[in-house]
Amino acid sequence: MAVLTAKDFKSDQLARWCPGCGDHAVLAALQRALPKVSQALAYEKERYVVVSGIGCSSRLPYYMDTYGFHSIHGRATAISTGIKVANPNLTVWQACGDGDALAIGGNHFIHAIRRNIDINVILFNNRIYGLTKGQYSPTSKFGAITKTSPYGTVEHPFNPGSLVLGAKGTFFARSLDVELALNEEIMTAAALHDGCSVMEMLVNCVIFNDGAHKDISDPSVRADRTIILRQGEKMVFGKNRDKGLVFDGSCLKVVTIGEDGVSLDDILTHDAHSNNIGLQMALVDMKGPDFPVALGVIRDVKDVTYDDGVRDQLKEVARKSTIHCVDDLLRSGSTWEVK
Amino acid sequence: MQHKVIDVKDVVIRFAGDSGDGMQLTGSLFADMSAIYGNGLATFPDYPPEIRAPHGTVSGVSGFQVHIGNGHVNTPGDYCDMLIAMNPAALMANARWCKREAMILVDADTFDQKGMQKAGFHSNNPFEELGVDDRAIIPAPISTLTEESLKDSGLDAKSIHKCKNMFTLGMACFIYSRPLEYIYGYIEKKFARKHPEMIEPNKKVLNDGYNYAAAIQAVPNTYEVEPAHDLEPGLYRNITGNQAIAWGLLAASEKSGLPLFCGSYPITPATAILEELALHKSLGAKTLQAEDEIAGICTAIGAAFAGNLAVTTTSGPGLSLKSEALGLAVMTELPLVIVDVQRGGPSTGLPTKTEQTDLNQALYGRNGECPIPVIAAHSPAHCFDAAFTAAKIALEHMTPVILLSEGFLGNGSEPWHIPSMCDYPEIKAPFVNGLLPEGEKFHPYERDPETLVRRWAIPGQKGLEHRIGGLEKNHFGVLSNDPANHETMVREREQKVELIARDLPELEVHGPQKGKLLVVSWGGTFGHVLSAWNECSTDDVAFAHFDSIFPLPSNTREVFGRYERILVCELNCGQFAGWLRARLPEFEYRQCNKVQGQPFLVNEIVKAIKENL
Repeated sequence: MAVLTAKDFKSDQLARWCPGCGDHAVLAALQRALPKVSQALAYEKERYVVVSGIGCSSRLPYYMDTYGFHSIHGRATAISTGIKVANPNLTVWQACGDGDALAIGGNHFIHAIRRNIDINVILFNNRIYGLTKGQYSPTSKFGAITKTSPYGTVEHPFNPGSLVLGAKGTFFARSLDVELALNEEIMTAAALHDGCSVMEMLVNCVIFNDGAHKDISDPSVRADRTIILRQGEKMVFGKNRDKGLVFDGSCLKVVTIGEDGVSLDDILTHDAHSNNIGLQMALVDMKGPDFPVALGVIRDVKDVTYDDGVRDQLKEVARKSTIHCVDDLLRSGSTWEVK
Repeated sequence: MQHKVIDVKDVVIRFAGDSGDGMQLTGSLFADMSAIYGNGLATFPDYPPEIRAPHGTVSGVSGFQVHIGNGHVNTPGDYCDMLIAMNPAALMANARWCKREAMILVDADTFDQKGMQKAGFHSNNPFEELGVDDRAIIPAPISTLTEESLKDSGLDAKSIHKCKNMFTLGMACFIYSRPLEYIYGYIEKKFARKHPEMIEPNKKVLNDGYNYAAAIQAVPNTYEVEPAHDLEPGLYRNITGNQAIAWGLLAASEKSGLPLFCGSYPITPATAILEELALHKSLGAKTLQAEDEIAGICTAIGAAFAGNLAVTTTSGPGLSLKSEALGLAVMTELPLVIVDVQRGGPSTGLPTKTEQTDLNQALYGRNGECPIPVIAAHSPAHCFDAAFTAAKIALEHMTPVILLSEGFLGNGSEPWHIPSMCDYPEIKAPFVNGLLPEGEKFHPYERDPETLVRRWAIPGQKGLEHRIGGLEKNHFGVLSNDPANHETMVREREQKVELIARDLPELEVHGPQKGKLLVVSWGGTFGHVLSAWNECSTDDVAFAHFDSIFPLPSNTREVFGRYERILVCELNCGQFAGWLRARLPEFEYRQCNKVQGQPFLVNEIVKAIKENL
């Protein structure tokens, strides 16, 4: 099997996103992650299908030299589901935006998670509608001033991670467009996960929501305002790696190592594979100013996948059935002979 | 007592009762039994949308009409020879369907003051009030006799009450000289696993009903309908339209060698197709009960992209929800079958009633220039061939296809001469075969110059990676805003559909090959229009039925040109007539329409034919 490189996944189309758009970085991470995934799982390139809905990020399939389907607004998840059920040997990746997946396509999104269909969903979250030029989205912050909320929104935003975990999702990761290495890592973990993997990518929109995530992504504050969670590692963060998370009763609390008698041993250890969804939910919900925003693979647990369930049931029923072709079917049950 | 047995050509029996009285079951058992006996038959279930409407009210009356004959039967019959009314409301709702010489069997126990009031009667003589007191009325105390029959059965009062329909069925079996064995078999099978204690009581009450009818003087005669004499020899079964569609799709899956995928959301009256397909996993059918109608079609589009025979099934309101995705299927030129079992509309409309009012939606209901072939089934059994044809067109011409059925066909049933799959053609989808020459790329929108059909490359094949989507592209599959390219692609997509006519049968004319009047129909009105045409067959009237609406059969213009006028009969306000006027404006069209949620009566069409001669 030929060794694939990032170049093999680049199509001949030039990415038409605005210069400085966060989507460029996510595309680059995906093109770098897939060769590694292919190596690890012995996947040929023709196995990949990239699906999208409508929106800026949904142009992504055109830039990948794989099978691709640029569909309609909100429906990518349903189309991905159909592709995976129809041919479980395919590896399905999906690009969708916050409006696409959480507003018009919200229903398909939660149900794909509930079914645990084995697809990899990259959710580009820039908290704005970019392609329609600047209206608020379901992840825009309360009070956000946009073209359709000139006096500020009076709507509460979704936290995509809470939705995923609320639907008992088996995989959720979060990252920033600028975290190139982490994004490759997350995408590889998502590919290795059997089931519905949701990766929330916090991306910047230079034109309509510039600085969408600046409060945590700016290099000057990033280390203090985010925490990268890694399996089996202590939940430590901060410029000086001296801050950590502990339980205070049933709630999370930020502590400083070396102060008030807190040592590294007191800090929680991250376990994405644990079925303790309560702690993972608390991690997903963390936000400033009191908490760092959690990045990395927050939840990654095993459960039966929908596509396996469908395949196994087909086999099982076929094994027991006496009907093996349409002629058998037509002659089954009550029939009579006219002589 | 001795009854006179009278041989008759055909009879129509209408079973009516509360929606919880089991009338659908009773009627279909009678139909199945008659089918196995060898009669020609057609059935018409007519029921309310509520699962259990208020007890004893007219709105809650559920009916099942069955027409059996000693020859082929075209329709479930306009009027009945026997009405079985399990309560006053059932009589109130159905008395108008009784022939002048009809028998009316009622459960006399339910005709008390309260029951009659609830049904809306104002007097103490409901038969006189409805003007049917001159019919042969058989007032049988069915509730009491059922209780009496089962008093030692050990069943509770509620379970005993539920057996009333079996008592009634027993009576009907005596009156129409039907042997009880088939029903015994059904009862044994139905209760064997979960409720074996119900087997003997049901058989007993059925038998007691039969014997009761034999014993009373109120039953003047019994009737015998001989097995059909004009059926071709062979193996037969009774089949509903919904079941036939499911099986036709499975047949297309087998003949194309492609697994069947059905993504659907439950909706009356189409749900039974999804339920039926869900049973047949042994034939590789994958069914996905989607979160909504849109997901139903979108999962199917995904499955089509991945190389399955993809299907979504729905009714009118669901088709509305699927409109945007239909456009995507047209734009991506993927094979897809969309089944619309039409019901009364608009909006929720009459969910359990039949209409042909989605034709315009099927033809036009999308944004942009968005042509989709539309074909229609004409009888419950024909649903099998119609579904097979829809799938064959979709796969061979790389296009979504809308198959129109109707509640009347989906729930109705008729005997079906079981075909052999070796008599059906192979379905050959235009796959890209093998690797392309070195350095050559697959261009998804390159077309066959003869058919304008694009080729199908299934993900997973080496070297054929390509992207499709809802944006306009050029022949190479590259996004294009070029004005001329858009017009070229629009016209090619339209032309591709028009060219399908070459693969379709020509329009067939019954009766004179030229003359004053050509009566035309489409869809489920076939049987009624055929019967009407038979009744007024003269040298001046011909009849032609359309199984394909878009494209029209290639000889349509030529056929129409041989008649002075075209009478278009349909269960809407003239949608097919409008389509014909738009496509073939040079002819004179007349219309025969009905929009009552009910099938035509044959005599309504006869009248229209006579008026237009």
